Amino acid sequence: MSLLPNTAVLLGKELRTEFRSRELLTTTIVFILIVMVLFSFTFEPTSDESRRVAPGLLWLAFLFASSLMLQPCFLREQHNDTLSALRLSVSDPFGIFLAKVTANTIFLLLTELLLLPLFALMYNVPVVSVLHWLLLVFFLSSLGISIAGTALSAISAQARMRELLLPLLMLPLLTPILVVSTEVTRALFDRGPYVKWKGIGFLAVFDVVFLTALWLFGEYLLEE
Amino acid sequence: MWKRAMIGALVLFLVGAAAYASFYVAPEERTMRVIQRIFYFHAASAWAGMTAFFICFAANLLYVWRREERWDSLAVSCAEVGLAFITVVLITGPIWAKPAWGIYWTWDARLTSTFVLWLLYISYLLLRTLIEEPDRRALLSALFGIFAFIDVPIVFGAIRWWRTQHPAPVIMGGPGSGLEPTMRKVFFFSVLALHALMVFLIAERYRLEKLRTDLELVRREAEAI
Repeated sequence: MSLLPNTAVLLGKELRTEFRSRELLTTTIVFILIVMVLFSFTFEPTSDESRRVAPGLLWLAFLFASSLMLQPCFLREQHNDTLSALRLSVSDPFGIFLAKVTANTIFLLLTELLLLPLFALMYNVPVVSVLHWLLLVFFLSSLGISIAGTALSAISAQARMRELLLPLLMLPLLTPILVVSTEVTRALFDRGPYVKWKGIGFLAVFDVVFLTALWLFGEYLLEE
Repeated sequence: MWKRAMIGALVLFLVGAAAYASFYVAPEERTMRVIQRIFYFHAASAWAGMTAFFICFAANLLYVWRREERWDSLAVSCAEVGLAFITVVLITGPIWAKPAWGIYWTWDARLTSTFVLWLLYISYLLLRTLIEEPDRRALLSALFGIFAFIDVPIVFGAIRWWRTQHPAPVIMGGPGSGLEPTMRKVFFFSVLALHALMVFLIAERYRLEKLRTDLELVRREAEAI
């Protein structure tokens, strides 16, 4: 069973590549910031209105940002001609995906956590009391986005117009994540916050289903 | 050639008979009157479209497993025909909704999820146009088709859960809940007719795809010489 040690090494490589330049994190954070500011012009950000609209805005911004963030995931390997080397280095190609999915989840979670305080201040929503629940939603959603997004970025990297194609493939597929995360977050931002367990269950189901699909079909995505 | 024309004529006759039955055989619905008759084509198209997408999914799986070109041709044929049927659903829906509900479109669970489904298969066809190499195109689009199809029940579930959180603006009486016997017969006849049309269209589209790949092959050989 060399899957986990392989994945750990590849994950280390992914993290090192990113933290050496921090290009992905910086650009994504700036992108979400811009979206957050622009969104404030589209409605009156009073406290009540924010509670209603802000969760949707938050998740839409994250989703759009992730469709940009996941672009270089396989494109980078292709530009540097390292995909074959990666394939040769592990016995189970699922390890490559596992490492990339974990790395992408970490990057997404980092951006979300860095931007959450700012979002709470700008849109006047209380987050401290429900922080642990928010973290759970962030984690499950980011994982789902990363699983599906990583698989799709392996597809789009092999096509023409790849920069435009990834959002087109990803966003409709991730509708359930947007719908459910928004709804669960809205309940948490409520004046009397509560947890929508069914929504959290839904996110978990999405993650498990797509992780299984990736495990079953991942190796074909990397065929030369 | 003659055989295909005959089958085509038979399918056309079936669809015509279904149209006749939905106008003249089925009884008039009490509240919606004549406009309700669109139901026989609207819902039957939805069923036919879903069947086509299901065959597309099966063909995608078979392609990944067997790597035979015919499964790819079948998948693309089913996706296109299924998309055509779902487009009919999305067009006849608002035609029915305007007189019945007073609005063309509402973000109701079923409408929204059908629209997302439509978008997923548009993306599938778009992806196919953006990959040059035939084997790669077949494999990658098959994989996307598989992901898209397993996403469909999740999309339906999530959107239904989300919309039932709010009071629905209009409540649509479920067609399966209590159809009058004649209406039921007419409906299932329409379902049969539209499935026949779907199979016919898929067969024709499959033939076209076959010719197209043959032509591509010949062209490549000619270029090689």
